[in-house]
Amino acid sequence: MTRALVQEQGTATPVRTVRTLVILPAFNEEEALSAVLKELAVTCPQLDVLVVDDGSTDRTAEVARAEGVPVAVLPFNLGVGGALQTGFRYAVVHGYGRAIQFDADGQHDPSQVPALLAALDEGADLVIGSRFAAPEPGAEYGVGKLRGGAMGVLRVAVRVLSGRSFTDTSSGFRAFSAPLLEFYAAEYPNEYLGDTVEALLLACQAGFRVVEVPVSMRVRAGGTPSTQNVKLIYHYLRALLSLLSRAPIRRRERAIRRGAAQ
Amino acid sequence: MSAAAHLFILLLTVISLLFIVRMVRRNQLPSRYALLWVSIGVAIAFLAAFPGLLDRVSTWMGIAYAPGTFFLGAITLLFLIVVHFSWELARLDARTRLLAEELAILRADPPHDAPRPTPETQPVDS
Repeated sequence: MTRALVQEQGTATPVRTVRTLVILPAFNEEEALSAVLKELAVTCPQLDVLVVDDGSTDRTAEVARAEGVPVAVLPFNLGVGGALQTGFRYAVVHGYGRAIQFDADGQHDPSQVPALLAALDEGADLVIGSRFAAPEPGAEYGVGKLRGGAMGVLRVAVRVLSGRSFTDTSSGFRAFSAPLLEFYAAEYPNEYLGDTVEALLLACQAGFRVVEVPVSMRVRAGGTPSTQNVKLIYHYLRALLSLLSRAPIRRRERAIRRGAAQ
Repeated sequence: MSAAAHLFILLLTVISLLFIVRMVRRNQLPSRYALLWVSIGVAIAFLAAFPGLLDRVSTWMGIAYAPGTFFLGAITLLFLIVVHFSWELARLDARTRLLAEELAILRADPPHDAPRPTPETQPVDS
């Protein structure tokens, strides 16, 4: 179909640029969503937007429709992973060449989207907007002590398992290439932290090129943090177990690579 | 054990079996689960009817306390059943999620400048 399109247009017109979908997973974000969508439309007018309403009990879907944005409404809450996968599958079905994951609560800055897309153009498959590789010291993003410590443990686990060092394994501001979209549309971790840390490791292990781009984040415009401290310990242990359970596969791959090198 | 105790266990087992048969007849229990529980019920009834059997098996296995043999068997079996249910639950959960996602995509508005969308979505193994 793509080839036919190019032939019809002939050589005079350049091939249409890659279409990009901005995916906003939203769970009860009626307060912040409208402003976020308005800012996105002003800052990045060339990008399509999809709001995935993750089983909200408030007016999230109506707010998004009022802004003229397509909405995919999940019949019940699936968590960020399920909402994201819905966005990936929508992107694949409708032929998008790349996608951006963007928070509906206003903590991401739309003016930093082009930086992520530029990294995709340079050949990356997964671009992570990192809070901790911030360019100016004033723009750093504060997290609690427990959360910070647990993040550190996971970071070390990812470093050991992937053989690479990332400054922000749990950022929700990311960009995806077409091959990675297809990969994630078929399988995506759905539990809390799975959607960030485990997905990152999956991409590394499948051989996708992962890069980090420094971004600064704002304070949440609305909504509540997704998880409280008590639950956090359980979630970090679960994620750690999940990461470690993939370790043998990793070791085998490394052994194969070592064998090939000799 | 006294004869009264055996009678009591037999009665209990027969009632449980009847309960399972009734669930099957009402289409509340798929036959694969019914088969599992009926076999377990029959095995327990058999042990209750012939108490010497358990003692002999215990001696053969070198277990001094005969009920210990029974509990070992029971716990092992129940453990396997629960693990199987965890697996089945996880599979059902994955399928339900997929259905929810597909439903949301089918009901979602298409992109504004939509080219003809492909009708099939990605097949997913789960």
